[in-house]
Amino acid sequence: MVSANAELAYNSKIEGDVVVSRADAVINWIRTSSMWPMPMGLACCAIELMAVGASRFDLARFGAEVMRFSPRQADVMIVSGTVTYKMASAVRRIYDQMCEPKWVIAMGACASTGGMYRSYAVLQGVDRILPVDVYVSGCPPRPEALLDALIKLQEKVKREPSASKLLTA
Amino acid sequence: MPPSPDAVAALKVGWAGVTDRASLDHPAVDVPAADLLGVLGSLKSLQGFDMLTDVAGVDWGVGARPRFTVVYHLFSTTTHAYLRVASSCPDDAAPQLPSAAALWPGADWHEREAFDMFGIRFAGHPDLRRIIMWDGYPYHPLRKDFPLAGIETPLPDAEITAEVKVGLIAAPMAGGPFVAAAGQMNMGDAEPRAKDESWNERRPKPGT
Ligand code: SF4
Repeated sequence: MVSANAELAYNSKIEGDVVVSRADAVINWIRTSSMWPMPMGLACCAIELMAVGASRFDLARFGAEVMRFSPRQADVMIVSGTVTYKMASAVRRIYDQMCEPKWVIAMGACASTGGMYRSYAVLQGVDRILPVDVYVSGCPPRPEALLDALIKLQEKVKREPSASKLLTA
Repeated sequence: MPPSPDAVAALKVGWAGVTDRASLDHPAVDVPAADLLGVLGSLKSLQGFDMLTDVAGVDWGVGARPRFTVVYHLFSTTTHAYLRVASSCPDDAAPQLPSAAALWPGADWHEREAFDMFGIRFAGHPDLRRIIMWDGYPYHPLRKDFPLAGIETPLPDAEITAEVKVGLIAAPMAGGPFVAAAGQMNMGDAEPRAKDESWNERRPKPGT
């Protein structure tokens, strides 16, 4: 869960309408609170991804319910399912079309390693073609596992030196 | 309704090359490749087999003669009879049969799949492209001489291949493929187990 950001300190008596914080803390707080997923649903795991978005597990609690089917508007690609070699080029092309900053969650055994498909048709892990931030085990992973992956990713993003990255970019 | 044996009997009257084929359920016939289109056409127009439910390819193995067979599964929506028609490709190196797509439009995609997986060409097919693997993929994966793990090949998109610098690699079999021994009555012995023909990180693929 996104906890209250301890780095934001505000005392209205002293500061009035001014909030003092670090740029990294503000940028990362904004980024972690509205991670819009690009649902790369390729097989059975995508069904579980839908469950994560629906009311019982409710991805919206973490600010990530806005599934964007346009890569231009998405921040985190959730690769949920078996990546075949035929699809691999398309997955990479969609990743390339996402705007920086962008992250990738490999959901399930197939996306992480090829899973049970040791065959001529299946890419043996999507990390061969994309930089993956979080791997989720399971076939399929429980929705809670994907929520946990999102929280892990948020924690990771909170540690990023975003301001210096923006200045040097 | 039981499948009618007359369909086969009537067929044999008109086509001398048609012979019975061993079958556990529905009637089945073997047809020489030269008669195939004529037989299928008469089954459709004279005997009411108006539905082609499947076209399946068979590879009997490297060196087998004939090596490739195509099996057509016919169904009649009026008499509810099934009939199986099998025909072997005369040429083992460049297997080819006439296309049934003009008789049943449904044959189109079935034949594309048989072409994709076995490399069987269908003469007269309206659009004989691969249907599962991508255009330009060099192999036919369901042939007996194709390894399950695959063969190194570039990805379909040259631009992406240049970017990610990986292609299709042979999958690590990690002890597999896991297969059940045929003909074992003892369930313990018949459990799927690893064929010891695999390679992994510790035991690299021979010849690499
Ligand atoms: S990991 Fe399991 S559930 Fe997920 S896509 Fe692969 S086979 Fe399907």
